[in-house]
Amino acid sequence: MALDIWQPLLLSLKVALWATGLNLLLGVATAFALSRWRSRLSHLLDAMFTLPLVLPPTVLGYYLLVLLGRRGAFGAWLEHWGINPVFTWQGAVIASTLAAFPLVYKAARAAFESLDPQLESAARVLGLSHLAVFFRVSLPLASRGIVAGALLAFARALGEFGATLMIAGNLPGRTQTLSVAIYSAIEAGDEAGANTLVVVASLTCIVVLLLAGRLTRGHTPQRVV
Amino acid sequence: MAIDVDIHRTLAGPHRPFSLDVRFRSEHARIVLYGPSGSGKSLTLRAIAGLVTPDQGRIVVHGQTWFDTGQRICLPAPARRVGYLFQDYALFPHLTVGQNVAFGLGADWRNPSRRSLPEAARHWLAAFELDGLTDRYPWQISGGQQQRVALARALAPDPQLLLLDEPFAALDPPLRARMREHLLALQSRLGLQMLMITHDPSDVEALGECVLEIREGRIDADARTSGVTG
Repeated sequence: MALDIWQPLLLSLKVALWATGLNLLLGVATAFALSRWRSRLSHLLDAMFTLPLVLPPTVLGYYLLVLLGRRGAFGAWLEHWGINPVFTWQGAVIASTLAAFPLVYKAARAAFESLDPQLESAARVLGLSHLAVFFRVSLPLASRGIVAGALLAFARALGEFGATLMIAGNLPGRTQTLSVAIYSAIEAGDEAGANTLVVVASLTCIVVLLLAGRLTRGHTPQRVV
Repeated sequence: MAIDVDIHRTLAGPHRPFSLDVRFRSEHARIVLYGPSGSGKSLTLRAIAGLVTPDQGRIVVHGQTWFDTGQRICLPAPARRVGYLFQDYALFPHLTVGQNVAFGLGADWRNPSRRSLPEAARHWLAAFELDGLTDRYPWQISGGQQQRVALARALAPDPQLLLLDEPFAALDPPLRARMREHLLALQSRLGLQMLMITHDPSDVEALGECVLEIREGRIDADARTSGVTG
């Protein structure tokens, strides 16, 4: 059986990139909102947003199926518009995004909360709107923490297995990511194929880590006064 | 050049609630708010700048109402056009000295470019002898230089009132005396009204034209008549 390595590898990279990009928007926005908004409810929300980190991925997958499946509340509405994310690569993106969300959210929140509030006050007094303060002061100063979180999220999304398998399935060439393909190869008794895929997965992760190291080192040194 | 402040605010404190009850009116060019730490000086300054909202009262500066609970007016901080010198300067650590000074000159979503600084920024950099430091970062320069950067940054957008929070506390004594003279000369040259808070009697002596003493959140000198000293 000829094993295609490129298909699952490229699919994994595509899914992980999408999941990281989506989490950069969602995770950073959520983290900023919750770092500024103090109420009893915000503790509950914080716990909920951290949940995907500790829940078994199969539980996440089950929730997604219930929500997005044809008979799910949201799924029925999507169906109405002709969208069905189950058994598609977009479904894999949703699963990976959910699984990796807490990594960006937690890192961004810690970064926003460690900012000196005086700097934002200074920017306000100098004439900036709240949104301009965010883009010119808060975001750049929190960027290192956010980038670190995003790299972890990318690695997590790349290795996502449980939730992906449940929502996107295991369709070779369509939804079979690298980690799912390894599982399939072993199930089918294709040890040589599994070995190749494992080496590819390991090399990919090493490359990601090396890139991450370079990216963080390449920053100009910024010591907070 | 009248500044008219009458504000009240209650804060939950660690032991008992702290209540700020500040009322003064002054037409002097150099007003000094003098009192020990924890007396509500900083809170008063922040309320005037629009960084905290009082529970009640009004703030009228140069005939313009910035805050008035009766009329439901509360001008946001950016619209008040004050220069604010923070005690620890609050320079932006991710921006160069030049970008810090140019920061308030454009209010859009992008920080000033390192390469092409606006004319006003270059003027203030030169006025504070910072030309040689334009491309340095705040943590690469001395405390006295940092203060000059902070002052240049506050003055560049042409504020109508300068607020100073313990401006000399972080400097060593010889530099402190020099910076006082420098500030005095600058203030009279610009004709800019300034309001400074301090706990240092030498600041009061050197700079205070109108001195208001604040204690436990209350201003107990009636400064409505002119020339009151603490």
